[in-house]
Amino acid sequence: MNDALGMPATVVLLGGTSDIGLAIVGRLVAAGASTVVLAGRDRAGLDAAAGRLGSAAKIVVMPYDARSDTAHASVVEGITEQVGDLDLVICAVGMLGEKDPITQDPRRATEVMHATYVGPASTLLAVAQRMRRQGHGRIVVLSSVAGERVRASNFVYGSAKAGLDGFAQGLGDALAGTGVDVLVVRPGFVRTRMTAHLEDGPFATTPEHVASATVRALERGDDLIWVPGVVRWVMAVLRHLPRALFRRVSA
Amino acid sequence: MTVTTLSGWGRAGSSAAQVVAVPPGSPPRLVDHPRGTLARGMARSYGDAARNAGGVVLDMTGRARLHSFDDTLGHLRVDAGATLDEVLRAVVPHGWFLPVTPGTSMITVGGAIAADVHGKNHVAAGSFRGHVRGFSLLLADGSTRWVTPDDREVFAATLGGMGLTGIVLDAEIALRRITTTWLRATTRTTDDLDATLSALDTSRAEYRIATLDLMRTDRRLGRAIVETAEHADESPDAERPLAYDPAPHLTVPAGMPGGLLNRVSARAVTRLWFARAPRRPRQDLVDMAGFFYPLDAIADWNRLYGPRGFVQYQFAVPVGQEETVRRVAERFATARCPTFVVVLKRLGPGGGMLSFPIDGWTMAVDIPAGVAELSSLLDGCDELVCRAGGRVYLAKDGRLRAERVPVMYSELDRWQQTRDRLDPHGRWRSDLGRRLGLCRS
Ligand SMILES: Cc1cc2nc3c(=O)[nH]c(=O)nc-3n(C[C@H](O)[C@H](O)[C@H](O)COP(=O)(O)OP(=O)(O)OC[C@H]3O[C@@H](n4cnc5c(N)ncnc54)[C@H](O)[C@@H]3O)c2cc1C
Ligand SMILES: NC(=O)c1ccc[n+]([C@@H]2O[C@H](COP(=O)([O-])OP(=O)(O)OC[C@H]3O[C@@H](n4cnc5c(N)ncnc54)[C@H](OP(=O)(O)O)[C@@H]3O)[C@@H](O)[C@H]2O)c1
Repeated sequence: MNDALGMPATVVLLGGTSDIGLAIVGRLVAAGASTVVLAGRDRAGLDAAAGRLGSAAKIVVMPYDARSDTAHASVVEGITEQVGDLDLVICAVGMLGEKDPITQDPRRATEVMHATYVGPASTLLAVAQRMRRQGHGRIVVLSSVAGERVRASNFVYGSAKAGLDGFAQGLGDALAGTGVDVLVVRPGFVRTRMTAHLEDGPFATTPEHVASATVRALERGDDLIWVPGVVRWVMAVLRHLPRALFRRVSA
Repeated sequence: MTVTTLSGWGRAGSSAAQVVAVPPGSPPRLVDHPRGTLARGMARSYGDAARNAGGVVLDMTGRARLHSFDDTLGHLRVDAGATLDEVLRAVVPHGWFLPVTPGTSMITVGGAIAADVHGKNHVAAGSFRGHVRGFSLLLADGSTRWVTPDDREVFAATLGGMGLTGIVLDAEIALRRITTTWLRATTRTTDDLDATLSALDTSRAEYRIATLDLMRTDRRLGRAIVETAEHADESPDAERPLAYDPAPHLTVPAGMPGGLLNRVSARAVTRLWFARAPRRPRQDLVDMAGFFYPLDAIADWNRLYGPRGFVQYQFAVPVGQEETVRRVAERFATARCPTFVVVLKRLGPGGGMLSFPIDGWTMAVDIPAGVAELSSLLDGCDELVCRAGGRVYLAKDGRLRAERVPVMYSELDRWQQTRDRLDPHGRWRSDLGRRLGLCRS
């Protein structure tokens, strides 16, 4: 059960090696979460992450590939068989892809779309259905400001995030009155493995900062946050810039 | 049968269940549901005790008949869904009153049994258990059993068992005599926590309660308005000494914004109360409803906390652990936590398996749920309370951690054995039970 202050006992991280996801899980364990499921495709990476989380919680590692078109529902079923009710599921799966997709093999682009939108969305649908049956639960979706206005430099990833963001919001609305809620988190530039090869973007932040903002949002019952908060206002402006101007500032 | 989201009185957190209204008359037919069944009364428990996520919730409030009343012995047989308010309206005009009542009359008899409630007179009267002559309990296998105090294990497991041993269908309660609906009350203010504790401890009055000021860190932390009272034989209304007709006067509109109750307003309210309280002991005749149920005058006052809701932290520690009371008070004060209604009471010896009262002190604090760092503040308080041999009240709880329960409730094992015997297949379940490991998930 999630407690009255919004804190879960059982947490599932889809993308169990994600820097941001693990930072959130770390905080939730410190706040009392007693069971953690790390789901992902890199077994060694998952085991290492489990080791780093320490012994305060029971940690279960599960195989999960967002691309595989095997039913994601069976992954979710497998997890509930292991740990029972899913109190909180965090979706941190995503793949940035190479810069300038315009020059890429479309098959690479498809991979990004699958890892960032199709796979996570299909898994979250299965999660939502399970939570509806259990009558409670919370979902955190790591979206991105990249989906708010899609830029030329990463338009495949950006468009996939736009899709996921819309999916997550619609899912949240569809779940109204079922005891299940959805929190959409839109980080700006975060220094993680995903961005290690890039120079800091504007308002660059850390996984720890995203984690503390996310946990605070869970406590407050928010359904949408930006991290850091300032990028909300930056995006509010960028969203309305005329196309020609946007092309220049976002290049 | 409809799926509805349910929360407790604190409105912090919710879950969805199939709510079935239970009519008066023959016992409800039980259906097998993979997520089990739970009784719900007036939902005055603060957290998740009266929720059953994804399962069946039986709304007992429609089952509210008064069956029989022996006016010479004061024995009342009543359906479990009847509220204490309904009971009082029926029996008070005949000169009878509940020997134990919580701070609201808007709870059901079933809820009073499930939480084994206590009042401001716990030292003198004990908890609800001592006044229950028997009840019929709907068991997991669909049969019904009349349970008396002689049926020791089942009685002790159900009083305080939070609905997880079966469904109370009706009960026989022993009432107490009164001659008027008035109390002779003495109100005084104290200057610090020591004075508050000693005022509660040394008073010989039946009812004793203190309202504390935790919105300060100086030596006057824990100063209080202390009220002590006895039933009075005189009434300002000599014609109708037993008149009892309290009416809710105010309602709070739905959709109150959050944040109204914050540190600033908490301070202002506390100041105002203390400014109005008498410096020297003052004696008054006060009416019963005003003394026992001051908050019932505002229906839905819980909405004042806005959409995020609030939690109540109520703990008890044994006599000799007054220092723990002080340290918890200091934690709230130094955390600059907005606290509104803070109540301190003296408890007498307890009993039962999961019943809350123990010979000692109990403090209850209301806090808005969105307050930053609240989880760790309350976890820290749990730690102190555990070390002092105390416990947190399950009827108020929505956030305790499962591993604390066996430390706080030493008879948990015995309770679990009794419950397993009564319900081997785990029919009775609640969100509280899931969270604290009291039932299957
Ligand atoms: C303003 C206020 C003041 C309060 N003051 C006090 C106080 O001074 N002392 C005190 O002890 N408590 C106090 N309480 C708490 C309250 O008395 C308990 O939470 C009580 O259990 C609420 O009864 P209810 O009918 O609302 O039950 P609910 O909140 O609906 O349910 C509470 C529990 O009882 C079980 N239950 C309900 N009906 C049945 C039934 N028929 N059979 C089996 N189980 C059942 C439920 O499953 C659940 O576990 C106060 C609450 C409020 C809001
Ligand atoms: N870093 C940023 O600046 C930033 C900004 C906004 C939003 N985000 C989003 O935040 C989330 C977490 O990112 P991060 O920064 O923590 O980066 P990260 O450490 O690279 O995390 C990405 C995660 O996605 C997993 N993943 C990728 N493809 C997968 C697939 N096909 N199946 C299963 N798992 C797959 C990765 O697992 P492997 O270890 O197996 O690769 C990894 O666990 C992502 O959704 C990302 O888009 C990041």
